[in-house]
Amino acid sequence: MNRIKQKLQENSSKKLLSIYFTAGYPQPEDTVTILKELQSSGVDMVEIGLPFSDPLADGPVIQRSSEIALENGMTTTKLFDQLENIRETINIPLLIMGYFNPILQYGVEKFCRKCSETGIDGLIIPDLPLEEYQLHYREIFQQYDLLPVFLITPQTSEERIREIDEASEGFIYMVSTAAVTGGTGGFGDTQKEYFTRVSKMALKNPLIVGFGIKDRESFEQATAVTNGAIIGSAFIKQLTNGGTSGISDFISSIR
Amino acid sequence: MSYQVNEKGYYGDFGGAFIPEMLYPNVEELRSRYLNIMQEESFQKEFRQLLKDYVGRPTPLYFAERFSEKFGTKIYLKREDLCHTGAHKVNNTIGQILMAKRLGKNRIIAETGAGQHGVATATVCALMGIECVVYMGEIDIKRQAPNVARMKMLGATVVPAKSGSRTLKDATNEAIRDWINNPVDTHYIIGSVVGPHPYPDMVARFQSVISEEVKKQLQEKEDREAPDHVVACVGGGSNAAGIYYHYLDNEKVNIIAVEAAGEGILTGKSAATSALGREGIIHGSKTLLMQTDDGQITEPYSISAGLDYPGVGPMHANLFRTGRGEFISVTDEEAMAAGLQLCKLEGIIPAIETAHALAIFDKRKFEKDEVVVVNLSGRGDKDLNTYIEHFNL
Repeated sequence: MNRIKQKLQENSSKKLLSIYFTAGYPQPEDTVTILKELQSSGVDMVEIGLPFSDPLADGPVIQRSSEIALENGMTTTKLFDQLENIRETINIPLLIMGYFNPILQYGVEKFCRKCSETGIDGLIIPDLPLEEYQLHYREIFQQYDLLPVFLITPQTSEERIREIDEASEGFIYMVSTAAVTGGTGGFGDTQKEYFTRVSKMALKNPLIVGFGIKDRESFEQATAVTNGAIIGSAFIKQLTNGGTSGISDFISSIR
Repeated sequence: MSYQVNEKGYYGDFGGAFIPEMLYPNVEELRSRYLNIMQEESFQKEFRQLLKDYVGRPTPLYFAERFSEKFGTKIYLKREDLCHTGAHKVNNTIGQILMAKRLGKNRIIAETGAGQHGVATATVCALMGIECVVYMGEIDIKRQAPNVARMKMLGATVVPAKSGSRTLKDATNEAIRDWINNPVDTHYIIGSVVGPHPYPDMVARFQSVISEEVKKQLQEKEDREAPDHVVACVGGGSNAAGIYYHYLDNEKVNIIAVEAAGEGILTGKSAATSALGREGIIHGSKTLLMQTDDGQITEPYSISAGLDYPGVGPMHANLFRTGRGEFISVTDEEAMAAGLQLCKLEGIIPAIETAHALAIFDKRKFEKDEVVVVNLSGRGDKDLNTYIEHFNL
């Protein structure tokens, strides 16, 4: 069974914590170290970011980490090399999050096959919309047991949320705020109303909140009525300031 | 076979809307409404009126006698350089500002490279009293100081794009991020036939007034609606889309697209997307773009800031792939020489973008009785410094 599905079905009272990091940052060979640290710190799931030159949906922190990762020589091929034996040590669910162009150049079928061979469980491709996925790529994803994860935002209509729920098989990535990644405004009544409204829709997929979660307080607010939350920019900042050795302290400060 | 967009937003293999979900409500609103709005009588009336009284249309179709004589063929110049603000860009910004008003938006954002589209956007925002924010690469802000000043005089806020290579593609990224951050009240006026569907089609339709006029004007002058060749420079490709538009499906008309070779296609300093690009996704559209083997978008180079874009509109990518369009690339040197030649022979100082289109007559033969229409997309005032430096004037 796909590890994401398995994880989400575990009957845990704890809210799920997922971490995003950019592969190749801060050092080119940090990928495996970071994954091991995250797993031993008790993180439930990890999104490995495939760096891209033009990350449209990302704020300055992830943009900068992507730039440095690319300067460090990170490529799709190199990432798969680093992940080759990852399932010997890592058993938590792993996703790759990346923009569509590098995947398209690598070859979508080949990319999905490599994901399956290395033990990747799902893909988050922010600029591959539902319609294109369904028309051209669903069968390939299914063939390699990769779960597609789609985003919803406070502006997404109820009708479209239901469509996305129908097409999703793991979880729905609930973007907290109308903003690029790395927002630090905290969550107000607007977000609480949005989290509550969507959680009452009785969707078949769990909701995991991302964008703007940076500490224990925002994690608890984001997960009050949802199933979990994803931390990206705040974790990248932690890597910038404290390197890989501060990972377990950071994680225990969240949950 | 049609070379227009299909109902799914594609030109052959190219186009579509590869956008993050955060942009979906805005793009979908535009997609579902743009054709209806453009067909409203009140919209057409206001659009046509402004093009006439404010922009100064129709622009002349000028028979360039001395230029023709030199190259032994009949060359007509479509004088978009005589539009208000000095280039064709304003045809699109007039259309889009009227669109934005009908969509109930009260804030406008735009990207700009050389600053021409930024100025055209700031102009229509001043005209309508709407807030305007223009993203411009930090490096371009330094290179194009007069246009930055013009935008500020027109009341726009110019925000430097400090990410990535700090030029046009990054300014576009920043504008898209602004739109993600402001999903309700803001309309994004894209300056070329690029971006997610429906932008390439919408911008092409606003620019199609160019070939609509050429048809009538050529009828008067040559007793025929269609020339043998239409020629335009292509960066993103909006002036080209405008002058090709009504001839796209008339295969008797040869379409010529002129790209910027920069210092030469194989020098690593070029913007000739058809020669150097591969299929990929840029700014929400599947098209040809310059990129590394790993799918990272690379930085193009041209002496002309308006042709300095790593992609090309999906309409043009399709014209290239199907062979409907003849693609020629022109180096910095060739373009500069052709620009100066037009000054001397016709008393017209063209934009350096436009000078690329004029340079093909040195590279390609036309028959004596053939009619060639070149889109003179912009005037060269903005490029004086480049001309001065290049020719030691």
